[in-house]
Amino acid sequence: MTTPDVTRGRAPAPEPTPVRRRRSPAAWVRRGGLSALVFALPLLLVFGVFSWLPIGRAVLMSFQETNLITTTWVGLDNFRAVFADPLLPQALRNTAWFAVLALLFGYPVPLVAAVLMSDVRRLKGLFSALAYLPVVVPPVVAVLLWKFFYDPRPEGVFNSILGWLGAGPFPWLQDQTWAMPSLVLEATWAAAGGTVIIYLAALTSVPAELYDAAEVDGASIWRKIWHVTLPHLRGVLLITLILQVIGTAQVFLEPYLFTGGGPANATLTILLLIYRYAFGQSLGADYGQATALSLLLAVLLAVASLAYFRLTRRWSTS
Amino acid sequence: MRSTRCAAMTLTSVLALGALTACAGTDGDDAAPAGDSEATTTLRVVSLIPGSEQEAFDAFDERVAQFEDLNPDIDIEAVEYEWRATTFAAQLAGGTLPDVYEIPLTDAKTLIENGQLADVDEQFQALEYADDFNETLLDAGKGEDGKVYAIPAKSIYGVALHYNRAMFEQAGLDPDQPPTTWDEVRDAAKAIKDATGQAGFATMAANNTGGWQLAAATYSRGGRVQEAGDDGTYTATLDNDGTREALQFLHDLRWEDDSVLADTTLDWSTINQAFAGGQTAMYTSGSDVLTSLIETNGLDSADYGLTAIPVDGDDAGVLVGGTLAAVNVKADDAVKDAAVRWIDFFYLSKLLDEEQAVADAEVRADNGQAVGTPVLPIFSREQYELSLEWVADYINVPLEQMVGYTDVMFDQPVVGEPSRSTQETYGALDTVVQAVLTDDNADIDALLETANTQVQALLDEG
Repeated sequence: MTTPDVTRGRAPAPEPTPVRRRRSPAAWVRRGGLSALVFALPLLLVFGVFSWLPIGRAVLMSFQETNLITTTWVGLDNFRAVFADPLLPQALRNTAWFAVLALLFGYPVPLVAAVLMSDVRRLKGLFSALAYLPVVVPPVVAVLLWKFFYDPRPEGVFNSILGWLGAGPFPWLQDQTWAMPSLVLEATWAAAGGTVIIYLAALTSVPAELYDAAEVDGASIWRKIWHVTLPHLRGVLLITLILQVIGTAQVFLEPYLFTGGGPANATLTILLLIYRYAFGQSLGADYGQATALSLLLAVLLAVASLAYFRLTRRWSTS
Repeated sequence: MRSTRCAAMTLTSVLALGALTACAGTDGDDAAPAGDSEATTTLRVVSLIPGSEQEAFDAFDERVAQFEDLNPDIDIEAVEYEWRATTFAAQLAGGTLPDVYEIPLTDAKTLIENGQLADVDEQFQALEYADDFNETLLDAGKGEDGKVYAIPAKSIYGVALHYNRAMFEQAGLDPDQPPTTWDEVRDAAKAIKDATGQAGFATMAANNTGGWQLAAATYSRGGRVQEAGDDGTYTATLDNDGTREALQFLHDLRWEDDSVLADTTLDWSTINQAFAGGQTAMYTSGSDVLTSLIETNGLDSADYGLTAIPVDGDDAGVLVGGTLAAVNVKADDAVKDAAVRWIDFFYLSKLLDEEQAVADAEVRADNGQAVGTPVLPIFSREQYELSLEWVADYINVPLEQMVGYTDVMFDQPVVGEPSRSTQETYGALDTVVQAVLTDDNADIDALLETANTQVQALLDEG
């Protein structure tokens, strides 16, 4: 503040680089630093204890053999055992198959629904509520309900309905080929509502004038969607896509509750395999193998997400 | 501004303190409950499977009251419980297991080896009848150090065939002449399916129970799924003729007769539900399952029938299993003392003491619970038959509908479960059962060969 002006009368010096001054603790407190810390403390504590601590513990555990009572260090043995497991390739294939099916059915459905609903003039609220309703139903209840629908007997709900149309009966969950698409169908029904709401919110940001201009130019509804709507949703679409990929890579609830990974491991996913390691068969519980595979999955997803964002940075609107 | 900041700081401090208190709560569970006098030991014991009938809980509570009258220094806390290998280790480590819990005979050795059961040898040896147990059963609960870690309790069963008499009648079959061979089981299943539209037979197929029942079906045809060598090594023999025949039987029922319940998610409890709900006329499970069918599924025993599992071929036998009572490895001496007193009172005294036998039977009968379900003896056959005589007036299960089993239960050769990597063996066989039930063209030989290789690798690991 009181530095003498030594530059007076000389040629202009280059712009001084701003010096970052050390703030004293007292100044930090005066400027509200302590309140900010106190505000953040509960969050840090809860997040630390219930999120980061278990993550750290899991990383440690992946190098141990433990039943939570006795523990020994085993180095990379857990990772070797995971890679040697003949079920791992099957779990990877099944998870990829679930992801592909979910992308084919689950990704476009909410988008189409949102675009159609945004065009509806009346009862938009009702449609939004109806679309979101499955998200409100507790997942376990939803699965039990769908299990009932999927009754493979001719008198099962879906088979009865399809029977009126002259189709079926289908084995649904009781067939190694049908089981996975059946899970995807329910998962799409259960999750689409949330994505529809996100798309609907994003659609409100599209300026109405653009549609008007497109209409003046004689654009059809598909050209309006292709040239106006989708470019504006690009950022949201990219985010929902990566979220969906991450979500499907971690699919657990549906195969666990519907089929337990069966029949004959046809719906065994990576997360279900992790669950089996930890709790499924061995009383000693292979927590080490379970955490090793979890770690591998987490690293894989992190790398894939980073790669995805780097590749798509150019397309992103943000 | 300053007062707002102060208020915010106070609020967040309270929240933080609350979070810390919540975290500290877990450790507090291990401490003695406040208000307990020095002389009182609180003992947490398993009661019944969650979702059991209210009358069953009433009967249990009456027995607890009787125990507390006899043992005023012990305060019993009942915990609903169902053995699940999936959550046992986490529950134990998390401190949410009761002090006394029930474990399957199958898993006792593994749990002892893992250091997950308390050493109750001292308390056990103090029991007057410590030397009277069936030696084979008692061995299942002993560690390599020869000490007792789990006590035979509740019931010992042989796998048997359970059937719905009403559905037999609807199909024109005589419920007093249940099937005695697997061919007769198949014929009966087909007849029932044709007459009622419901499945004639069902099998467990999930959560390792499919493998458990396939092992039972294998034994009944003279096969074995594991062999112990003289040098202490074990060989997986899943690809034996007995298992092959058992799988072919299921395949034929599913794909030729369509008489088996096509549900590969059935396990011990859900198959009980399916049977109690009339979705299947026959299934195999432990001979003692009627007790649970009444306690948990509200089954009307008038339609219930029990007969022996068909035993056919050289070396054929009945798979036996049972329940042991164990004490939490974290229990101190006072809790262990109390625990063995409870095990003595609740599980064993009714088999050895007339007064306790009558008291237990009276409470159970008054609450509409099963008395007299056939089980295999924990002590001697004579003692078992004597204990039944004591409660003869209270027996309310239709024993005349179970003669197919009770007439031969002591004569059938019994075979224990595979003793190494048991759950893993069952898990591998689950997959095979599911494959056969969902694929008409399933290659049984190839499936068994794969499962055998998988299990042998585990056995080699030791």
